[in-house]
Amino acid sequence: MRDAEFLIEAMAGQLRDLLTRRRIAEPALIGIHTGGVWVAERLHQRLGVTTPLGRLDISFYRDDFSRIGVNPQVRPSELPFDVDGRHLILIDDVLYTGRTVRAALNELFDYGRPASVLLAALVDRGGRELPIEAHVVGARLELPEGSHVQLTGPDPLQLLIQTAP
Amino acid sequence: MSATHFQLDAQGRLQHFLTIEGLTCRHLTEILDIAESLHGVAERRVKKLPTLHGKTVVNLFFEASTRTRTTFELAAKRLSADVLTLNIATSSAVKGESLLDTLRNIEAMQCDMFVVRHSQSGAAEFIARHVKPHIAVLNAGDGRHAHPTQAMLDVFTIRRHKPDFPSLRVAIVGDILHSRVARSLIHALSILGTGDIRVIAPRTLLPAQVENLGVRVFHHLPEGLRDVDVVVMLRLQRERMEGALLPSEQEFFQQYGLTEERLALAHPDAIVMHPGPINRGVEIDSRVADGPRSVILEQVTNGIAVRMAIMSITLGHHARPVGEEV
Repeated sequence: MRDAEFLIEAMAGQLRDLLTRRRIAEPALIGIHTGGVWVAERLHQRLGVTTPLGRLDISFYRDDFSRIGVNPQVRPSELPFDVDGRHLILIDDVLYTGRTVRAALNELFDYGRPASVLLAALVDRGGRELPIEAHVVGARLELPEGSHVQLTGPDPLQLLIQTAP
Repeated sequence: MSATHFQLDAQGRLQHFLTIEGLTCRHLTEILDIAESLHGVAERRVKKLPTLHGKTVVNLFFEASTRTRTTFELAAKRLSADVLTLNIATSSAVKGESLLDTLRNIEAMQCDMFVVRHSQSGAAEFIARHVKPHIAVLNAGDGRHAHPTQAMLDVFTIRRHKPDFPSLRVAIVGDILHSRVARSLIHALSILGTGDIRVIAPRTLLPAQVENLGVRVFHHLPEGLRDVDVVVMLRLQRERMEGALLPSEQEFFQQYGLTEERLALAHPDAIVMHPGPINRGVEIDSRVADGPRSVILEQVTNGIAVRMAIMSITLGHHARPVGEEV
């Protein structure tokens, strides 16, 4: 069990630098349900972003519907701003295969055409199956296959890491 | 095995949607929650989700319908399915052999879902029992038996306005006898724990032993409407009125038509619903149907999200797990 707050502090610092370099004054933050929303809520506060936080549930965009069906715990996606021409920061808790981010990008573009999308993840645990990388990462973990990483929250935010034997 | 159990798979999950009867609060709540997630899709630039991309949905309509057929079509299209609608003229009876032939032919076109409307009670279940196992069947209204997707869009609409079912008083008014909508709605409301379900109708338009469904019966409209939170008006099924069950439409309106004066007896925040199509001046006055308390057009809009939810749930349960970690 590890406290996630200091990782979020590190992410906030990296994001500030990145936004300055890219001259992005007013980005919009979007968290991916559920853990990504918790991380995004904290980043939203730390970065002092005024645009309201967006929340994305990618259940209907998953690529494994024909195997597992609809997630009964799906929640509405809410993007309380116009996506067109906006600089977006997409936020998830654990970056693994990249399939969730693929689904999230597809969903975002059904709302409009953003100016740019940055990707921030609390943990990058490797194991990518798609050509997707994060711009900002709280921690990189080298884990054997079969390990399990989970963010529990919303308060306190803690990382649960089960390493495969 | 009854339709109730037949529509569930070995894990108790919906694989068809044939009737509300026998479902649990968990089944209904899951449909309502997923429909809530789908409701916002219509406000986006792209009113479409990729969920059923590559699936084929066939609407088999043996009985005329505009609203139900078009909202099923839109629901399937918004989930990216391909949709085919067949309006099949038929005699009133399920013609065993020829219906099966029709089914076999459509099955041969590699479809994944049948949406069935038929004037004969039990038609959707009959079809569900005879299709190949990978096909999901949804009942879009069968005879006087059931109209489960209508009931779900009705309780969805109620929940969006008044989420606490145990504290609700709901009155269903009019031709209960011929109404599959009423039957399915009563089951849905009672499964969700609705505190007070009332039916208001003349004796000739009530089924025998209607009290056994867990409703309170009123024959006098003003008495039944007192303090209700939801008024569901039913269409007077004029085409089914051959048996002289009523003296005249005018007299029906006099006694059971919903007017502003009578609506004033209900709770001040009461909403007015109607499954459509409405007979203005027969069961409902235009001022009420078009008035501020009416949610009749909201019901139509909500029907799309609710049908999307039911389609994706049932087709999702026809998925074949391959034993991989998800």
